[in-house]
Amino acid sequence: MTGTETIAKPPRTGGTRPGGGRLPLARLRDFALVPAILLLVVVGALIDPVFLSAANITNVLQQQTELALLVLAEAIILIAGKFDLSLESTIGLAPALAVALVIPAASNGLGTELPAGLAIGLCLLTGLAIGAFNGLLILRFKLSAFIVTLGMLIVLRGLQIGITGGQNLFDIPPSVLYLGSAVWLGVPASIWISGSLFVLGIVALGYFRHGRSVYAIGGNTDAARAAGIRTDRVVWVVLMIGGLLAALAGLLMTGRLGSVAAAQGDGMIFTVFAAAVIGGISLDGGKGTLFGALCGVVVLGLINNILTLAGVSAQWIQAIYGAIILVALILARLTSGKAQD
Amino acid sequence: MTSHEQTAGTAAGPPAAQARDVSKRYGATVALHSAGIAVQAGETHALVGRNGAGKSTLVSILTGLQRPDSGEIRFDGVPAPSLADRDAWRQRVACVYQKSTIIPTLTVAENLFLNRQAGRGVIDWRGLRRRAADLLAGYGVDVDPAALAGALTVEQRQLVEIARALSFGARFIVLDEPTAQLDAAAIDRLFDRMRELQSTGVTFLFISHHLQEVYEVCQRVTVLRDARHILTEPVDALSRDELVTAMTGETGRALAAGGTRPPVPATAPVVLDVRGLRLAGHYEGVDLTVRAGELVGLIGSGSSGKVALAETIAGLRRADAGTVTIAGNAPKPGRVPAALAAGLGYLPQDRHREGLVPLLSVAENATMPIAGRLGPAGIIAPARQQATAERMIRRYDIKTDGPHQPVSDLSGGNAQKVVLARALANDPKALVLVSPTAGVDVRSKASLLSAVDEAAAGGAGVLVVSDELDDLRSCERVLVMFHGRVIRDVPRGWTDADLVSAVEGMEQP
Repeated sequence: MTGTETIAKPPRTGGTRPGGGRLPLARLRDFALVPAILLLVVVGALIDPVFLSAANITNVLQQQTELALLVLAEAIILIAGKFDLSLESTIGLAPALAVALVIPAASNGLGTELPAGLAIGLCLLTGLAIGAFNGLLILRFKLSAFIVTLGMLIVLRGLQIGITGGQNLFDIPPSVLYLGSAVWLGVPASIWISGSLFVLGIVALGYFRHGRSVYAIGGNTDAARAAGIRTDRVVWVVLMIGGLLAALAGLLMTGRLGSVAAAQGDGMIFTVFAAAVIGGISLDGGKGTLFGALCGVVVLGLINNILTLAGVSAQWIQAIYGAIILVALILARLTSGKAQD
Repeated sequence: MTSHEQTAGTAAGPPAAQARDVSKRYGATVALHSAGIAVQAGETHALVGRNGAGKSTLVSILTGLQRPDSGEIRFDGVPAPSLADRDAWRQRVACVYQKSTIIPTLTVAENLFLNRQAGRGVIDWRGLRRRAADLLAGYGVDVDPAALAGALTVEQRQLVEIARALSFGARFIVLDEPTAQLDAAAIDRLFDRMRELQSTGVTFLFISHHLQEVYEVCQRVTVLRDARHILTEPVDALSRDELVTAMTGETGRALAAGGTRPPVPATAPVVLDVRGLRLAGHYEGVDLTVRAGELVGLIGSGSSGKVALAETIAGLRRADAGTVTIAGNAPKPGRVPAALAAGLGYLPQDRHREGLVPLLSVAENATMPIAGRLGPAGIIAPARQQATAERMIRRYDIKTDGPHQPVSDLSGGNAQKVVLARALANDPKALVLVSPTAGVDVRSKASLLSAVDEAAAGGAGVLVVSDELDDLRSCERVLVMFHGRVIRDVPRGWTDADLVSAVEGMEQP
């Protein structure tokens, strides 16, 4: 490095001091949703004392684990400046395919009856392969990520219906059920898994060179390439991780519900994007943090739970939930002060 | 400004960077035809040529982004590394492109050490910011490393890019039109910085459309024309006319210094009248008048408020107080359609951002403001649009395959002619032009300025808002703005030094 002699820093007027400052202003945005979460907790407690019970909190968190994993995947992909709509189909197809390969034809399986121990591996491999195929179309053939993954969303959903004959799969091997139903140290395993994956993601994207390259690519691909980052390779890996996380979310959902629904994950992608954007992830790429995205997930989970506890009728809950998401987006826009393109 | 004391070390050692007999073609287009350049260590070398002369191709070959079809590149006499070895290239040559290679969403510190924040391990953010602060301080760049790069000014951004380039160990730096987006004061600071670095042994290749700048900071100049090397000479030995001749390949008629038009009679009607205009934070108490047939210049530094004033006249901004009268009408403030309807023609500052829709054709872009007149009831009659566009293409000498070509395919100069043609399309009575010749080559500049002269001769009152002295030479008078006020009204016959010192806010002698 040139300029090795340490020169006294010139005095600065206002602003954060370089190197020494505690939290730069930009970082504060990560915590923008924390007050909202606290407010929701207070509101929840006022509406129904049950809200604060350990059982309810655990329930809320567990229900959000699958969404959380999809948001984790989508957030990383969005930061890299790409899109993946097909995640909501992967969450259904990956476990459906894996289960169909191991269960007998009598239970709507494919009749291959592979060893049941392979199911988890097959499921994750399916997710990985879907991500890799998305990458092939987007990066090699230079197709638009939006339309490619929209197409994949439909194709994958169709594949699941074709494979299962449109039926729910009930005869699930215990190994597949385990992750979504086990309880470790008094807390559902799925919460441990999602939580630790988020921690892993936050550390990787915040403190490692390869993680930072995801931000660089999303911020300005040409500049990233000029700095020696292998942009295509990184994006490809990110898309594969996305598929993998969606498959894992599929496993958790299957374990929690005890079956693979024919429409598993259907319509989830809107909530995924809403959570990411409420959490401060930019659809333009290069901006936002995984902690923010996680806060977005928690906010939506709490809102959902409060609506249920408040006794809002099931026929209206969807419209109200959607409207609240729109309001939350408007609030996020107002507090961040920047347009969400 | 005549500081050419550093004589290039011609005798000492091999050139810092050298391209020999380099050829490159893209399909049928020859971008370079056995062209070459030799940049001596420690000099600032200018590379000039009109748009399309091959400068960009030569730069991308010199920086290892493109492989030449034939010929060779040497640094300090040693053949260049292979194209795949980006690290080796970065240690030899760095380029500050016109297009930013900064990532706006990341901090300055991270941009400086992009992809080398740490080895395989964890990033030490605190240490990274300290390293960045040291690096910036080492080059005297006063930028907060913790700031988001997107918040930097163009000037700061360039300095950060230069510091980053030097931190890789490169001692040869290519500056691709670094002054295009800077105001006069920032350009001077950049030049001071370049001279400082030069005295520590850094070599520059400087690309600019402003020939004045070539004489100011460079020791030698290489001219490219039509993909060929034309000459390399010390700038002291080359007159301005000779340089222009080398660039255009035709003698004489450099930049005609207007002044032939008869003076505008005091009885000519006022077409643009600005009274007591104020916009907090930009300008205040601005009065100005432009008469029919008059050409008035408006100059000032980037912070003088001149562009904000022009945008207010055009209705893009809304003044806090004061009035704008166009040809006797007072259009509703802050409304562009109202200003246009009142008889204003406006050429925006940045043709890429505000001037053109790149994927639409020349015809559509040029006729956009008069689309309502091309047919009844909002219908745009294709034949009339085409005929109108063809007339404009002939009149303004736009080099294009035809009215259907997308403007994104045009060179900078010709794209600017389309914007000007559009501003003139509805025969405006008052015309406001902001930086009409920015980033445009010498010949296009001449034809743009003559079109402006013609418009004035045709009875329009023209306000030319520009930093470029050449744009202002044919103006009857030039208004100087400083910190939001019009401080001087300079009649024709000014000298460059006179006007520049006024822009800098220096008192009149």
